[in-house]
Amino acid sequence: MSAAAATGRLLPSLPRSAWIVLLSAVTAILWIAFAGQYTLPHDNDAATFETINDIREWIDANRNSNIILVVFVTGIRTLITAIFNVFLAVLQGLTWPGLITITAALGLVIGGLRLAALTGLGVLAFGVLGLWNASVDTLALTFTAVLLSLAIGIPLGIVAGRNDRFLAAIQPILDTMQIMPTFAYLAPFALFFLIGPATAAIVTMIYSVPPAIRITALGIRSVAPATVEAATSMGSTARQLLAKVQLPMARQTIVLGINQTIMMALSMVVITALVDAPGLGKDIIRSFQKNDVGQAFDAGLAIVIMAIILDRLTSRASERVDPARRATRPTPPGQTRRFAIVGLVASIVAVAIGTFVLGGGDFPDEIRFTFRGPVNDVTGWVTFNFYFLTEAIKNGVSYGLLNPLQTILTSAPWWLVVATIGGIAFLLSGLRPAVIAIVCLLVTIRIELWQHSMETLTMVLVATGLTLVIGGAFGVLSARSDRFAAFLRPLLDGAQTLPAFVYLVPAVALFGPTRFTGIVAAIIYAIPPVIRLVEIGIRTVPVAVIEAATAAGSTPRQLLWKVQLPMARPALLVAANQGIILVLAMVVVGGLVGAQALGYDVVAGFARRDFFGEGLAAGIAIVLLGIMLDRITQGAGTRQSTAEARPAVARRGA
Amino acid sequence: MTNAASATNDSSSTPTIAVRGLWKIFGPAEHKVIGTPDADLTRAELLAKTRSTVGVRDVSFDVSPGEVFVVMGLSGSGKSTLVRCLTRLIEPTAGEVLLDGEDIGKASSARLRELRRHRFAMVFQHFGLLPHRRVIDNVAYGLEIRGEDRATRHARAREMISLVGLEGHDNSYPDQLSGGMQQRVGLARALAVDPEVMLFDEPFSALDPLIRRDMQNEVIRLHHEVGKTMIFITHDLAEALKLGDHIVIMRDGAIVQRGKPAELVGAPADEYVADFVRDVPRSHVLTLRWIMRDRQDDDATDGPEFSADTIIRDAIGAAIATDKPIRVIADGTLVGVVDRVQILTAVAGSGGAP
Ligand SMILES: Nc1ncnc2c1ncn2[C@@H]1O[C@H](COP(=O)(O)OP(=O)(O)OP(=O)(O)O)[C@@H](O)[C@H]1O
Ligand SMILES: [Mg+2]
Repeated sequence: MSAAAATGRLLPSLPRSAWIVLLSAVTAILWIAFAGQYTLPHDNDAATFETINDIREWIDANRNSNIILVVFVTGIRTLITAIFNVFLAVLQGLTWPGLITITAALGLVIGGLRLAALTGLGVLAFGVLGLWNASVDTLALTFTAVLLSLAIGIPLGIVAGRNDRFLAAIQPILDTMQIMPTFAYLAPFALFFLIGPATAAIVTMIYSVPPAIRITALGIRSVAPATVEAATSMGSTARQLLAKVQLPMARQTIVLGINQTIMMALSMVVITALVDAPGLGKDIIRSFQKNDVGQAFDAGLAIVIMAIILDRLTSRASERVDPARRATRPTPPGQTRRFAIVGLVASIVAVAIGTFVLGGGDFPDEIRFTFRGPVNDVTGWVTFNFYFLTEAIKNGVSYGLLNPLQTILTSAPWWLVVATIGGIAFLLSGLRPAVIAIVCLLVTIRIELWQHSMETLTMVLVATGLTLVIGGAFGVLSARSDRFAAFLRPLLDGAQTLPAFVYLVPAVALFGPTRFTGIVAAIIYAIPPVIRLVEIGIRTVPVAVIEAATAAGSTPRQLLWKVQLPMARPALLVAANQGIILVLAMVVVGGLVGAQALGYDVVAGFARRDFFGEGLAAGIAIVLLGIMLDRITQGAGTRQSTAEARPAVARRGA
Repeated sequence: MTNAASATNDSSSTPTIAVRGLWKIFGPAEHKVIGTPDADLTRAELLAKTRSTVGVRDVSFDVSPGEVFVVMGLSGSGKSTLVRCLTRLIEPTAGEVLLDGEDIGKASSARLRELRRHRFAMVFQHFGLLPHRRVIDNVAYGLEIRGEDRATRHARAREMISLVGLEGHDNSYPDQLSGGMQQRVGLARALAVDPEVMLFDEPFSALDPLIRRDMQNEVIRLHHEVGKTMIFITHDLAEALKLGDHIVIMRDGAIVQRGKPAELVGAPADEYVADFVRDVPRSHVLTLRWIMRDRQDDDATDGPEFSADTIIRDAIGAAIATDKPIRVIADGTLVGVVDRVQILTAVAGSGGAP
């Protein structure tokens, strides 16, 4: 709305469509005239990369002498590492029978027998899959990040819930923290905090603090104003108001925030394997390096199980504290106490057995089950028998979409690309986004990653296009058919609790390690929120409007194209925005499984010391790409709705 | 007919609450309007000019000890804003509020809390109960925050719960009670702190009519039993007439008329008030003083005698029983007479104003 108005004001004489045609024509002519000139081919030894390598040398040399580095960097690193070690020692000290029993006991107290079975067997599965130690590492790291996130997020959330100015001030910072692809800031933090669990916990926090802050603030803010006023009118102090009214009433929301924080932390912790964080992520990366899908499957499964356990425990806990439930489904008071006693006794016995009978030993090797063989067999069979199909899809997309687009972007003069993207940003979203987009591109040129950025952009655009087409179709279907929606809902719910990394496994199984694999993973990853947003957009068109259009004699098809889709436009734009951000996050992760360009640069930066500078610069380039794409697609009045839609969808980011 | 004197108390004791020149303006121009010519603009004009809304406009009144003082007006007329300014839940833009002579506007935040804890209590339209606390802990909340121990406050809370007729519901949660019962909790909570002044902001508008009537009777009963000073906000004229010792009518933030119930019905100050009172059964509100005529020589002098303050309805029986005009007496002297013509006119609902 404002963007359109601005555009209209600045381009007074022609309608917008005419400008689009004109712009395309001029671009095409210039491309034909200048293709192959003014390009910026990639150079692995670019000066920027060397400079960053030098900075790294300096930091490494002065790590123990420079006072700032010692106090902040080494101090923080030591503290976080200590917290991690405490968690690890506790989890290990509980021994495997103890940990299984305690998790089951928690399930029993929070959700009853069925949840107890789910959580207990789930933890048992870590051992059976032969991933006990890696799983405990991942848990310890997740708990470290969650503890720190909540220690920072809940107090800030309380302040933000009570202070409008503070909320407004941190809102854009939180936005940025959530759209930045994880991959991008691994290297800078590793530069300061070295590789290892401390860096892993810090980068994870960047990702998991925003929901803790946002949801706590939301909880405080959604306490009915009438209640706050009543308590104030009776003379409550600010502290009494917080402790006796706002916090108790926001309790359920805050527990929900803890759930989100845990889920986001888990999905991130897995990726931090790249900075040498211990845990399941490492197993996945190792298997990808050996191209052993079966082994990756085991680790992926363990992550999924862990996600489900943590999600069920915390979401059931939040239901339990829901005051509305009290009236409808009260838990018999005696039962909770009985379960608690049973759980406590069983846990103590199990820990004692683990410690004194088993001597704190590892999970026994005899109890093993692995999907490695069968999965590799199936993968081999699929690869063999459907070779023509997967190959056809891969080649179709590669030759039909990826290669031509990549050729255009990399062979066009850089100034033409910058001007065209700027022009598109201006037409879609207005002047400010256009300026931001152009600045992002110019910085990319300055850090000498133009060609790789264009290659990554190609993958992002193709993957986003496919995501929107497929996700849009599913979204429309599920908006129009309640049965289809009911069928899809558990799948979407499930998909939303899985850490991003897991999506690579099936993609690799089907398409092997290629550029296309990252794209497939990105599509699988980004589709669920797109389906959801499209469905919501269409379903929230007011009934009265639908009735009026039907009464006027519209066919269902006319209803869709002439009423529902146009009216759902804001939601569709949000879907595009979300889709593109999620796709970018995942496409760069594809660097692990054969994709080139920025994602691979990041991976290489961790693998080889002389590539560190290039990897870090690639991280910056990814951020720039993300900011640019976010601003361009934020267009026409969607800012508001994006901010609202984000918390619900944000957990999907990687 | 609007006269300040009739709204102020008739006795000579100091008012419990005195409001002087109170203003509340919402918006960017909050402090730039009063004292300038803009202050005379209508609400709509001011909004257009300064993007600021007048919530309360230069309001003054006195509330005597023990009376029920009703503020009424249509939605948006500024009633809620006014009552919140009294305890500074909304900070007034200008003017004074005196509680027993103490200027509340000058109170420090600690003193203000003290006043809110001990001297005022408020009952809200949407109850404002704490959903996570049982009824007894809701009622005890005011005592809890001023530091009373659990046994004391629960004993007091139990007493209040039975006073409002909710025995046996101590351990229920608010969402397990009906709307009327929830508002009884609100009442009990306000009474529990034994306040000097009770403020009611449309406490019964969210309730259905039968429950509302019950609750009104409840307030009347409590007023008799505990004798608190009450300021009662409503947009329901019947409620105002039923409860109010004095009534003020607000429009666009300002007071347009004040008086006893009969004065409003008998002599509406303007069209706005007249519209309000049009459907009120006049014979139920007006006294004989409002319809009497001067005695003429041919009037019989031995008709029934009634005080001038008798409600018309109560004189109908006597008027029917005799042909003779009723003699209206005030302070022992004859001030006028009323015959069937006047009574029938009043019952029929037209005329009757002096
Ligand atoms: N916080 C606020 N900010 C801006 N304007 C306000 C605010 N609170 C009230 N107003 C305005 O002040 C005017 C008076 O509102 P108030 O709530 O006092 O009316 P009311 O008489 O209580 O109405 P109702 O019967 O609907 O409760 C209204 O025009 C309202 O829009
Ligand atoms: Mg009101």
